[in-house]
Amino acid sequence: MIGRLQAPASVRHGEAFEVRVLMQHTMETGFRRDLNGKAIPMNIIDKVTCRFAGIEVFSAELGSGIAANPYLAFFVTADASGELVVEWSDDRGERGRSSAKIEVR
Amino acid sequence: MARDAEMRRRHFLSVAGAALTGAALDAWPQTFQPPQDIAPLIAKITGGATSVRSGVEIELPALAENGNSVPMRIKVASPMSDADHVKAIYILAERNPRPLLATFHLGSHSGRAEIATRVRLAGTQRVTVLAELSGGRFVHGVADVLVTSAACLDESTMGT
Repeated sequence: MIGRLQAPASVRHGEAFEVRVLMQHTMETGFRRDLNGKAIPMNIIDKVTCRFAGIEVFSAELGSGIAANPYLAFFVTADASGELVVEWSDDRGERGRSSAKIEVR
Repeated sequence: MARDAEMRRRHFLSVAGAALTGAALDAWPQTFQPPQDIAPLIAKITGGATSVRSGVEIELPALAENGNSVPMRIKVASPMSDADHVKAIYILAERNPRPLLATFHLGSHSGRAEIATRVRLAGTQRVTVLAELSGGRFVHGVADVLVTSAACLDESTMGT
């Protein structure tokens, strides 16, 4: 799955910086019907996790009440340079991953 | 005789009408629904602990034209230290078919208890944000939003 991660390339030690994630997904609620009146099965990104240098710093459980192509913004602090990895998975088990290198000054 | 037939027809109509309404409600849970009581859901999250209304700031437009995507930003006043930080944030919408929109897990390494996302809202309603603090305390904030075009509604069931 396609997704985009935006984070500053370099940050100051211990300072909170904003991480923005945009994932491409229809977020089917399961309430909609197709042209033949058949229910479209529910399929949403239910789990998003963010790790920095291997440690989980943020995670989210999304429901059908989150808009299509989910956008998330949250804050993280860093003590040392490392890689920020955001991973997500949907109801069908499909996974997505996006990462960014962050340098601590 | 004619009267008898009329009576049967009426009876049939009332029964069929009731059955149809019941069937329709079962088949289309996404039809416009009144606000539901989210107190039991909050109690389930807090585990019976009382929540204080303070320190949660919700940035939500007062008027949302399209309920399918409403930008939202949540700020919780917290020092975000090891001893005192926000552990989790819950977004609850009383009129959505599934009231719990999302759960976010934070920690002392978040630095700031602030989240932004885009939500779906099924109609004009009050959105509640519940934050779980370290030490088992809960705080919450509310925001009223007017939605002109609701999400979760199938066009075919909306009527005109």
